[in-house]
Amino acid sequence: MKGSNILTTDSLSVTFGGVRALMGVSIAVREGEILSIIGPNGAGKTTFFNAVTGAYAPTSGRVFLADQDITANPPDEVARLGLARSFQNLKPFAEMTLLENVLIGREIHMATGMLEAILRLPAFHKDEAEQKCRARELLAFVGLERRRDHLARNLTYGERKMLEIARALALEPKVLLLDEPVAGMNSTETGFVMELVQNIRLQGITVVIIEHDMKMVMGISDRIYVLDHGELIAEGLPHEVRANPAVIEAYLGGGTHAPTH
Amino acid sequence: MNGRNLRYDIFFYLGMLLICVPFLKAHTAYMPLVFLGVWGLRRFAAFAEENRKITSIREQMVSTVQMHQRLTVGIILAVALLVPFASSNYLIEVLTSAILYAILATALNITVGLTGVLVLGFIGFYAVGAYTTGILTAKFALCGFWVALPLSGLVAMLFGILLGIPALRLKGDYLAVVTLGFGEIIRIFLTNINGLTGGPNGILGIKRPSFGFFTLDHPRDFYWFALAILALIVLMVARLVNSRYGRAWIAIRENEMAASALGINVFRKHLLSFSISAFFGGIAGSLFAVKQGFISPDSFTFYESVLVLCMVVLGGIGNVVGSVIGALLLIAVPEFLREFSMYRMLVFGAVMIALMVFRPSGLLGSRRITQEIKDCEDEGQ
Repeated sequence: MKGSNILTTDSLSVTFGGVRALMGVSIAVREGEILSIIGPNGAGKTTFFNAVTGAYAPTSGRVFLADQDITANPPDEVARLGLARSFQNLKPFAEMTLLENVLIGREIHMATGMLEAILRLPAFHKDEAEQKCRARELLAFVGLERRRDHLARNLTYGERKMLEIARALALEPKVLLLDEPVAGMNSTETGFVMELVQNIRLQGITVVIIEHDMKMVMGISDRIYVLDHGELIAEGLPHEVRANPAVIEAYLGGGTHAPTH
Repeated sequence: MNGRNLRYDIFFYLGMLLICVPFLKAHTAYMPLVFLGVWGLRRFAAFAEENRKITSIREQMVSTVQMHQRLTVGIILAVALLVPFASSNYLIEVLTSAILYAILATALNITVGLTGVLVLGFIGFYAVGAYTTGILTAKFALCGFWVALPLSGLVAMLFGILLGIPALRLKGDYLAVVTLGFGEIIRIFLTNINGLTGGPNGILGIKRPSFGFFTLDHPRDFYWFALAILALIVLMVARLVNSRYGRAWIAIRENEMAASALGINVFRKHLLSFSISAFFGGIAGSLFAVKQGFISPDSFTFYESVLVLCMVVLGGIGNVVGSVIGALLLIAVPEFLREFSMYRMLVFGAVMIALMVFRPSGLLGSRRITQEIKDCEDEGQ
């Protein structure tokens, strides 16, 4: 595999009262790879994302982005440092247009002051035009450019997921965390997302995916981690994980079906 | 205009007529003047619209919408400018106070409407602004109005920041209660610090502002002055809304968690909107002080806070022009209903409840809020 570790967690734990959602999870994400985290519902995958991005404060353990310790940094700080995420239960800004949604992601790259905005100075217009251009490129990248002036609430479920990805990419992150990007999508849409994720990786962005769709996971992951009951139970290449008895036991409840393409 | 628009035109002029009648009944001579002005503005807008037909359909649609908005604002401004020629001093006074409330509502709209933070004691900032001007220009006569006006805004802003730093860490109802407390504390302080504020007796003899030798003593002149400040503030707020600042505020209102995941520091943006709100609130207070010439704590009760909040809700939460309309309605309409003054609050309450049922997003509506509510319903299914 290529590159050094860009995102590392060191025995990350999260407990809610008596519930131990995450127990000592250590993961190393290598630069430039597509990494999948799988596991049954309630395994702690989303909790892991939340703890990494600062939405939850981890009970113990550390998180490093490249060499920088970002443990329990507030979410906006983490985003500025180059760790973007999408949400499983989608959170588009429903009453804003698609373009405005993506422009929120560009916010950290904008520098116009309040006075410039009120007086509508040339610097303001220049900045707005540049960022809008960039936002339109991103919308085109996820296939939503045509609908840029629509309100986000009028999008279909699949389109909202695409919007979330475009918005996260607007940050120009080093690492992109995608929480179930193809859940509820048909196979055509899944194929589109898979291609999209490959393209994102080609731009030099490391991608970490939580996903249940085995076609997607097995198709594009470089490596896979498996979580169950808040613990890491397996890791490895797709074919290794697919053959791992512990994974089949935990993930499929000991059934006879192996994950299939 | 072609025949297709005829019906629309008739409705339009009929509406204008109905709006103007109360002001113009004593001065029928001015009626044609007003209509000429309105007609001219509409012609101009139609002309400008035609010139844009070459552009693509999408841009044309956007520009049509913008044109309509500008047209509406233009008409409102034209009518507002002409009204004093045709109304009594009493009416002008009423309209001036409507303008002051409009400034307040515009300011409050930044926090309540755009950022989604409920503030119940907003009148506190109004009081701070008014007393700053009163103390500086009359009580100790340290400086003139033109220095006191920005200072009033800044002092109110300072109060906003000092209140906001601890309070904005709270959410929703808790924050609302803290701001409610703030409004009351300010009023009680003003009543009790006799040395500085004159206690319950207030401050007397605040002079009207003047441009060199020309003092704005006539109600009409002061009306125009207040109108100019209102227009300026509305313009500033509208421009802020259409910039990265406004976008970030609305994003926070729509979804705090997503906004912070996109690198927006929610607390700082909250504080920013809160302090800008307070600043404009202080400016309105300063104008109030010079308009009345006399201020006392009685003018800054909780009732006023609620009134301003009602204006924001009535006009359409998050809608900048809506706040102005809301203020005009809530101040001007009750004046026309003076004969029924006993039932005024009753009617007022009934109107509010009717609005809640039939137009929950306010008169002008706020596309953004209603859609959000519908969105939640979708998710619930």
